Amino acid sequence: MKQDSDIFLALLMNFALCSLMAVGGANSVVPEIHRQAVDVHLWISDRKFSELFAIAQAAPGPNVVFVTLLGHYVAGIPGALVTTFAMCAPTCTIAYLVARVFDRFKDATWRIVIQAGLVPVTIGLIAASALIVARAADRDAATFLITAATFALAYWTRITPLAALAAAAALGLIGVI
Amino acid sequence: MSPEEFNEQLALCQVLPGPNIVNFSVMFGSRAAGLLGSLAALFGLLGPPVIFMILAGILYRRYGELPELRGVLAGIAAAAAGLLIATSLQMIRAMVKNRLTTGHIVAVVTFVAAGILRMPLLWVMAVVIPVSIAFAWWERR
Repeated sequence: MKQDSDIFLALLMNFALCSLMAVGGANSVVPEIHRQAVDVHLWISDRKFSELFAIAQAAPGPNVVFVTLLGHYVAGIPGALVTTFAMCAPTCTIAYLVARVFDRFKDATWRIVIQAGLVPVTIGLIAASALIVARAADRDAATFLITAATFALAYWTRITPLAALAAAAALGLIGVI
Repeated sequence: MSPEEFNEQLALCQVLPGPNIVNFSVMFGSRAAGLLGSLAALFGLLGPPVIFMILAGILYRRYGELPELRGVLAGIAAAAAGLLIATSLQMIRAMVKNRLTTGHIVAVVTFVAAGILRMPLLWVMAVVIPVSIAFAWWERR
């Protein structure tokens, strides 16, 4: 059994690094969070990782609170606060420091070039996140069909995604899954 | 803040790493009322959802293994995966329309390295980000 302080330090370091690598938003680092939490540190199982991700997606508020939920699972309320702090503090500090001078760079070529360069990286990472979450969640034909149906609904219709989540929860409740 | 300023500021935030909307709240708060403004915006945005997630975490740890709940959780996990696939394909569709081939190569390499080979993200980023920015610069000339 590891010392508590070791776990908090590991959570702090991991999520602070993830914060700085989260180009395009928090969901970009889901592959790295999964690798660290499931494969490297064995903090959580693959199935539970996908369940916590889903709870955070279904809840109101920014996506980043997934790390709060994961931190809570790993190390209780202190864990939740450590992961949330680590995921937000580094980039919030940067955002605060550049807030006043940022407008000056609006039309700067280097900003436009960097932003353009980050887009395909973000796209690759979000696709990787989708693959990892789907592999963890789709354990049988029923869950696979729910993923496919939710995808179709979200991609081809304007029905709110919450309807799909609610329907999937109801199917689970009556024992279809 | 006008709608134009809002859009501009949000686009600027996408250059910074980290949760976009969180960075945005810090910048917005700073412009409105300095450091205290930033902190107020940050706590206003994150406070309620963080408390909500901690409550959800407590319930999950206590009841997550109940048979009735297992099905519900499996259902929403599968649905959340479908939503993320849809988001991902929407982004890919926009890229295929608008960007030149170097971006496609970067996206595919990033996807394979992070999603299939499961390489440490730090290594992946150390390679793909400079290369991708160099491509973007080269295409812009």
